[in-house]
Amino acid sequence: MVAFDEMRPQGNGLRHPYSGYDGWFQSQDPARLTEKMQDAERVFRRTGITFAVYGEQEAAERLIPFDIVPRIISGAEWRRLTQGIEQRVQALNAFLDDIYHRQEILRAGRIPRELIAGNAAFLPEMIGVRPPAGVYTHIIGVDIVRTAENEFFVLEDNARTPSGVSYMIENRETMMQLFPELFQMVKVRPVENYPQLLRQSLSAVAPRSANGAPTVAVLTPGSYNSAYFEHAFLADQMGVELVEGHDLRVVDGHVAMRTTQGYKQIDVLYRRVDDDYLDPLTFNPDSALGVPGIMDVFRAGNITIANAPGTGIADDKAIYSYMPEIVEFYTGRKAILGNIPTWRCSEPDSLKYVLEHLDELVVKEVHGSGGYGMLVGPTASKKECEAFAAKLKAKPSNYIAQPTLALSTCPILTEKGLAPRHVDLRPFVLVSDRIRIVPGGLTRVALKEGSLVVNSSQGGGTKDTWVLDD
Amino acid sequence: MLLGRTANGLYWMTRYIERVENMARIVDAGLRLALTRTDSSADEWASVVLSAGVEQAFRERHDEYTADTVSDFLLRDVTNPSSVLSSIETARSNARMVRTALTRETWESINEAWMTCRRMLASPIDQRELPKILDAIKRETALIRGAFHGTMLRNEIFDFAQLGIYVERADNTARILDVKYYVLLPSISWVGSSLDNYQWESILRSVSAHRSYRWVYEADYKPTNIADFLILNRRMPRSLAYCYQMIAESLAYLAEDYGERHACHGTLEEIRGRLKPGSITSIFDVGLHEFLRDFIRSNNRLGNEVAENYRFF
Repeated sequence: MVAFDEMRPQGNGLRHPYSGYDGWFQSQDPARLTEKMQDAERVFRRTGITFAVYGEQEAAERLIPFDIVPRIISGAEWRRLTQGIEQRVQALNAFLDDIYHRQEILRAGRIPRELIAGNAAFLPEMIGVRPPAGVYTHIIGVDIVRTAENEFFVLEDNARTPSGVSYMIENRETMMQLFPELFQMVKVRPVENYPQLLRQSLSAVAPRSANGAPTVAVLTPGSYNSAYFEHAFLADQMGVELVEGHDLRVVDGHVAMRTTQGYKQIDVLYRRVDDDYLDPLTFNPDSALGVPGIMDVFRAGNITIANAPGTGIADDKAIYSYMPEIVEFYTGRKAILGNIPTWRCSEPDSLKYVLEHLDELVVKEVHGSGGYGMLVGPTASKKECEAFAAKLKAKPSNYIAQPTLALSTCPILTEKGLAPRHVDLRPFVLVSDRIRIVPGGLTRVALKEGSLVVNSSQGGGTKDTWVLDD
Repeated sequence: MLLGRTANGLYWMTRYIERVENMARIVDAGLRLALTRTDSSADEWASVVLSAGVEQAFRERHDEYTADTVSDFLLRDVTNPSSVLSSIETARSNARMVRTALTRETWESINEAWMTCRRMLASPIDQRELPKILDAIKRETALIRGAFHGTMLRNEIFDFAQLGIYVERADNTARILDVKYYVLLPSISWVGSSLDNYQWESILRSVSAHRSYRWVYEADYKPTNIADFLILNRRMPRSLAYCYQMIAESLAYLAEDYGERHACHGTLEEIRGRLKPGSITSIFDVGLHEFLRDFIRSNNRLGNEVAENYRFF
């Protein structure tokens, strides 16, 4: 399997977006670059940019490895990508509005009814509820992979609570600290205004009951959550409060936070707590992370919850395979960004095929995330495949399978110089009265040679992502 | 506008940072005493544990008071919630929780102190290294203080942090005095022996006041002067009077900003009334021990009232 290298594709020499960088790189002393790499690690450690790995007691806080070679995208490539992304998030929001109201898409027979009715990600509590400004998913991280010069595919639509945006910003910050001269030679579009855009975007979808400038807050499960750094980072950069469930309560039909001077109304809550934990009165009654009664306030239109509850139905892996139909149904046009062919194991023919070709496929849990509970056929042992086949047969509807794609590669700096590694890309999209996409995103890179798993929980790293101003 | 939980986090963050420093200082004073007086070093280490206020917990873990057991328990034992290692951990997790209220410099200095302490105290302490370790701990907390004072805006965030520092510090100074109160009493028969000189110096040393004492009083150590210095002197940064001057300042700002006075303001006035200059003789008349015991209790009450009045929970 030969992968497309974004810097030097086989037999084609240097690709244009990398020419400025390459000129600089060739003139660098390798020893100095190694030193810079260590500097970068120190910066991350000192600022406490860490994440927690579930299931590991020791080393509860770890760094996501950072590679100092940027991933570079030309302005033209980016414009094409953003058109596809915009179309996709419009469709996602239209789908959510439809699925919780008239369900036209089901009536039209474009997706099977049982996929919605029997799906845990579909929240009956949201039926007939229209959030302020009609936006359901406000912050989306669309995972995109590339396989050739002009071939981009969406791997996943993260429409619930996508994370990683703080790394996009800190990676850039670190690169500018390490290599200021580079940014004078190559014109890169800025990403650091993301928090301001986020705040504008959230304020724009405040409920009508907000008096004057809406009060925005970020809801975190707490400092033991794996993405806590990001929650604190975003609240800080936006200049809003970072709250936990027990700081909040419902007062006079509004959600309010307990301050040193009493309770203060919140209009927009950027929540980084899963649906299940949001309201113990409506969802998981054991949750101590949420706010009792917040769903009533939401249904009354007195608070914006971003993203709205129930958006998981749009990024569910079982729904994913229908995204081309969904995009076409709501936008009236063919999807600009393609989907990866997907076998739904719930269908007997597909299951049969998947079981027969397990060693070639990537099999994922429908509701899983973070690279947990998946099988990468080509690199799995025979024993692992057999064990997985048993799970698959026991509950086929829990799985989908996709071909093992030749993800594009970008060079990383190793002890022996540059070496190609597989990457993906997660641009961050903000939806309110308009759609905003920050030029860049989070590039995740599989640091192990040949590995296709880029998740940070599975040993992946990150890179700064440059969109050129050309 | 500040979350009650954030105010709580700030208060405990600085309390625990202060505790880290105090713990290092108490061990330092004990080490000094043990080095200068070899005959009864077990007693000295025992009184170090008493000063740290962790006697019962210590006895559950160790049978003997030695340099090894005491320094291990006070510096690196994580079952002791007041050890340096536990305190820096608590301070940092509070800092992490209130991170959005801190300047980058402040957060980073706390995070670095945490990393340094964890590294230094990862394995049992080699007694030869103890002075170096104590120095390093004090240096880390000094860096935090520098970053904090040099970069933080003087607003409610600063005030709640200040309250934590000075409530903890007042408690620490009062406790050190109380453990050694009998050494300061004029009525005890062995007063004036060279033994007392060591003891007195040790008290001053455990609050880093052995040099400044001489600047103020010039003469030899005198028990009433030492007590006066640590209880009533308004320019001595670890005295009870100084701590309460700072607490008063912060509580006054909060009352002004919020336009509201609470129960803690009343308690404050009451405590300050007991710390009037020139009242050291009457303190001795009442009984130094009784005075200190009452002070520690009132100081605790003030802390609880602040928590309640400003909706920490």
